[in-house]
Amino acid sequence: MTFYDEMQRYNNPELRERINSATKPEIERVINRKTALTVGDFAKLLAPLASDYLEEMARRASMITLQHFGRTVLLYTPLYLSNYCVNHCVYCGFNYTNSIPRRKLSLAEVEAEAEAIAKTGLKHLLILTGESRRHSPVDYIRECVQVLKKYFSSISIEIYPLGVEEYAQLIKAGVDGLTIYQEVYSETAYAGFHPGGPKRNYRFRLEAPERAGAAGIRTINIGALLGLHDWRSEAFFTGLHAYYLQQKFPEIEISLSVPRIRPEVGGFTPESPVSDRELVQIILAFRLFLPRVGITLSTRESPRMRDHLIKLGVTKVSAGSLTTVGGHSEAEPGIGQFEIADRRSVQEMYQAITRLGYKPIYKDWHLLEA
Amino acid sequence: MTDYLTIAGVRLTSRLFVGTGKFASYDLIPKVIEASRTQVVTVALRRIDFDTPGENMLEYIPKDVIVMPNTSGARNAEEAARIARIAREAGCGNWVKIEVITDQKYLLPDNIETIKATEILAKEGFVVLPYMSPDLMAAKRMVDAGAAAVMPLGAPIGTNRGLKTKELLRILIEEIEAPIVVDAGIGRPSEAVEALEMGAAAVLVNTAIATADDPVLMAEAFGQAVEIGRKAYLAGPGATSEYAAASSPLTGFLSQ
Repeated sequence: MTFYDEMQRYNNPELRERINSATKPEIERVINRKTALTVGDFAKLLAPLASDYLEEMARRASMITLQHFGRTVLLYTPLYLSNYCVNHCVYCGFNYTNSIPRRKLSLAEVEAEAEAIAKTGLKHLLILTGESRRHSPVDYIRECVQVLKKYFSSISIEIYPLGVEEYAQLIKAGVDGLTIYQEVYSETAYAGFHPGGPKRNYRFRLEAPERAGAAGIRTINIGALLGLHDWRSEAFFTGLHAYYLQQKFPEIEISLSVPRIRPEVGGFTPESPVSDRELVQIILAFRLFLPRVGITLSTRESPRMRDHLIKLGVTKVSAGSLTTVGGHSEAEPGIGQFEIADRRSVQEMYQAITRLGYKPIYKDWHLLEA
Repeated sequence: MTDYLTIAGVRLTSRLFVGTGKFASYDLIPKVIEASRTQVVTVALRRIDFDTPGENMLEYIPKDVIVMPNTSGARNAEEAARIARIAREAGCGNWVKIEVITDQKYLLPDNIETIKATEILAKEGFVVLPYMSPDLMAAKRMVDAGAAAVMPLGAPIGTNRGLKTKELLRILIEEIEAPIVVDAGIGRPSEAVEALEMGAAAVLVNTAIATADDPVLMAEAFGQAVEIGRKAYLAGPGATSEYAAASSPLTGFLSQ
């Protein structure tokens, strides 16, 4: 039994109806409930009528976040190790059909990038690669981690899905977190967006967090790429996935991302764009349903949105981000995976968070070397 | 008469321990410590940033205050032991609050792993204060394993819901010789008063201070609350009765 089986219980036409049919009194009862919300309650918070209650939901979300996370926001930054990719994700700048310069950092370059990033004070790093077992095999990623752990206290990976043994190898090398977006939970829509490459295997990707959990990972961050498909059902399955992982792996810290699709070099236009109001509704529904789950916000959002969203339940933000391979230690970065919307440096982000009345946190883990 | 709380030979005059997570600014921490008059402050090792000036929480804690690193993030006894050793090697002293949490949903402590960690660390010379779910047998085993005090929760971390585990805390206070420090759940100074009145040796407070509108004023209120609660405990409150003192409706006939 995996999340794939769990999903099938809800994966039917009635789900949309259940979400859409929630009435105002039902939604009010859910917002004011003092006990833990059920999956059915969560669905109601994603209803069209729930958008009339954003302020009420926000007040509650803000209070819950303050209680469980305090006035703190964790900072991290991504580091792209390689953009070689064999997949054909139609929305992605690193899609193999895009003729962009391909590059992979040497270990010396990884070290130079690490030094440059560490100078900003950051201690949490997210490393990314495209999917290419030839150019960025697990061994290469492991060697990079060996270099990076001298500079950072927490290293997460956002790479192609691995097997349990491979996750275990990377954890042993010093990786403590996994970020993996399913991109699209709808299996049929997924097939349309991923016409080529190993990523076509929907189920292998969906079950990756469970394999990492079995291998002993400490944190898992999941999400759906918002804009690809009907957001209400996508957000529902994202929340359900987090809930499922929390039940199955109570010792793992689970967090959610809410990435909205951004312009990229291939010129993809989302068919189901998510508005600011809708994004807020998703974040608030997540927070009310899953009070202790982290919510991560990347530089896909504008400075104005990010500053406001911090008060609504976001607990972790990226700063000083680049989506190019390397670029932190060199003057001319290449073409990125997507365009970022918040170009503030780590220092600027630190100051902005402080002005909001929150403490920016650089370090929230300590690598436990034997 | 001076009333001390003695832990591992250290005589404390304050019965308030303070946690340092969740504050909007590290600049608040020395002010909170001063206003509360606490002498024991807990810091998560995972949050101690040894490399960046201004970001190292330890710089904000006055030298005469005992730093008690906690093992937040540990999922088993072995990880807790490793965190404690790293903290001691980094110069955080030898007090440690063991926190082993295998449930990220409610953040309830794992008593079994906590007992094991207590045993390992007490043998290594740490002053061990385990955070635990209030269970009498588990508390006894922790003390047998060398715990210097036992820290049962009043309610889950961060909930500010008060002494929800009151009856179990009462049993621990009655049965365990080591000091009982009520940790987690205390949301208001009145609840700290209640814990001390019941005979708890001290309370540990973080969320209620850190998330108050005025954390420094709230710290001062908690500092006073533990003094009041302790005085009431020492004074020995009179027994409560449902009847007025003069009447003996059931045995009055004996004196007629």
